[in-house]
Amino acid sequence: MLELKSINTYYGNIQALHDVSLNVKEGEIITLIGANGAGKSTTLMSISGIVPPRTGEIFFKRKPIQGLSPDKIVALGICQVPEGRHIFPDLTVAENLDMGAFLRKDKQQIEEDLEYIYALFPILKNRRSQPGGNLSGGEQQMLAISRALMARPQLLLLDEPSMGLAPLVTRRIFEIIKKINRENNTTIFLVEQNANLALKVADRGYVLETGRITMHDKASTLLADEDIQKAYLGI
Amino acid sequence: MISLTDIKKGLLVSLWFVFLTFPLMVIKINPIDKVILWRWSNMYWVAGGSFLCYLAMQIYKTRKLTRQEHIKQGLIKEKPKMQFKLLSDPKIYLPTLAVAGLFFLAFPLLFSTYQTNIMITALMYVVLGLGLNIVVGVAGLLDLGYVAFYAVGAYSYALLHLHFGLGFWEVLPIGGLLAASFGILLGFPVLRLRGDYLAIVTLGFGEIIRLILENWNEFSHGPSGISNIPRPGFFGIHLGLEQSITYLYYLMILMVIFTIFVVNRLQSSRIGRAWFALREDEIACQAMGIDKTKTKLTAFALGAFWAGMVGVIFAAKTTFVNPASFTFLESAIILCIVVLGGMGSIIGVIIAALILILLPEYLRAFSDYRMLVFGAVLVIMMVFRPQGIVANIRRTYTVQKND
Repeated sequence: MLELKSINTYYGNIQALHDVSLNVKEGEIITLIGANGAGKSTTLMSISGIVPPRTGEIFFKRKPIQGLSPDKIVALGICQVPEGRHIFPDLTVAENLDMGAFLRKDKQQIEEDLEYIYALFPILKNRRSQPGGNLSGGEQQMLAISRALMARPQLLLLDEPSMGLAPLVTRRIFEIIKKINRENNTTIFLVEQNANLALKVADRGYVLETGRITMHDKASTLLADEDIQKAYLGI
Repeated sequence: MISLTDIKKGLLVSLWFVFLTFPLMVIKINPIDKVILWRWSNMYWVAGGSFLCYLAMQIYKTRKLTRQEHIKQGLIKEKPKMQFKLLSDPKIYLPTLAVAGLFFLAFPLLFSTYQTNIMITALMYVVLGLGLNIVVGVAGLLDLGYVAFYAVGAYSYALLHLHFGLGFWEVLPIGGLLAASFGILLGFPVLRLRGDYLAIVTLGFGEIIRLILENWNEFSHGPSGISNIPRPGFFGIHLGLEQSITYLYYLMILMVIFTIFVVNRLQSSRIGRAWFALREDEIACQAMGIDKTKTKLTAFALGAFWAGMVGVIFAAKTTFVNPASFTFLESAIILCIVVLGGMGSIIGVIIAALILILLPEYLRAFSDYRMLVFGAVLVIMMVFRPQGIVANIRRTYTVQKND
């Protein structure tokens, strides 16, 4: 579904990604793990066009998408949940969700999706007319994911959904991620620091080190790998 | 109620004020007789006044605190805010609106031509404020060069009439569109900028336009300006001076109503929502598929469009344009209207425009102190009511729905 062919991304003169290649098949949950500053978020930004790669190719459903502006990429069905949530603090929860459906015009189905999301996260329904900034961290993360779902993405890019959350809340969010993947056949590309949890929900995993992909395999194999255990799982 | 420390602090405050205002209030130099007049009585007035003001403020503060304390303990119920009551209860705001509407409709019949003329100026600033409100209040792009678009509108009428003999009604949309295209022209280089940097670039843009008009003699006739611009025509009927002012007044009223209608619709539309969102978080906006470039440029273009149309009306009203009418001070006043009125709030901007333009006209007796009062009002407003005269209603409305 998504294929990256040796992309190189720069911030000014500094190269953040070196020949990163990876592919994501339809219906999968793929995780990208790595230490701080490895380039995980940059990979996502490159896909969504916010920080476009300087060289290399990105294909989405066999069509090249590198060089398109971010809004065109969202329109194709790739939606990103940015790191650190980035909800709109002064808009209400309902308005935040409505922003997610910004590019859609099918009113009927937007209503249905809204109901689906309220069923997924009942807390958001209770708080729908409160400003987004009043929510707790976990609720904001739920809102950020829901907002992205309102765009009806075929591919959901999740950037560190566990950031700054209590372990219990994190687990709940990961359950929901799995549920979304199962129920809607939404392909999910998950970037995480919490490698243990991420590898447990994912089908396959990639390991990123200082801008280079150093390993990729089935998630269960990576989870059992000794080097990975030492470097990322703290075992 | 008032403790000893309060009195001590009040004395310090009054001493500080005496020191600050000493050169202005006490010393008076008479250059003819070459003597200095020491007006000591003024010093006592300043000292006493500031001391009493401080105490009154302190009493108000403690009262507010105890009230909040009581509300917390459940002793008294919280009263809904005055502003909220005024705007949400149809029994109050409908008659107010009707009276205000009647007053404005009957204005030229009740008052002299001079008054009507002042009111036209005030209404022009209402529209300018509402236009800038789109850029600054809603989209959150601080624009200090707004007057440039106003100038583009005014000069497009002056020049198009001079060279091609076009009339007011033909130039009104053209002036707006020309200003809008200048808005886009300014928008492109500043797309990546925000906050202070954006403010500086827009400030520069405003000055560039003014300097071009001032120095490019062949194009704009330089500082001497362009005169003999015709007033708006009324289906080919010749109007006397008084009639044409009345006509212009009603034209301006229509323009204000039209602007309010459009701005109101814009704010609750999709693009309005996108502006609000863009003001809050650009990255999230991009992730949601909002076209940043297009959204920002429409904000600039629409804001400029109103300025351009008001510019055309300005040229028609004064029948003369020169670059001196489009200095930075104009931009600052329009920005003050938006900030004092309340960012993003339509009613607030209207009230602020009327106050800021009409008060100086009617208080000519105190014209020496105009700038002093103006500055003081700005400081006081920012300290005590940073959200403006009427805070943005959009939010109050949603909270109300919640209960």
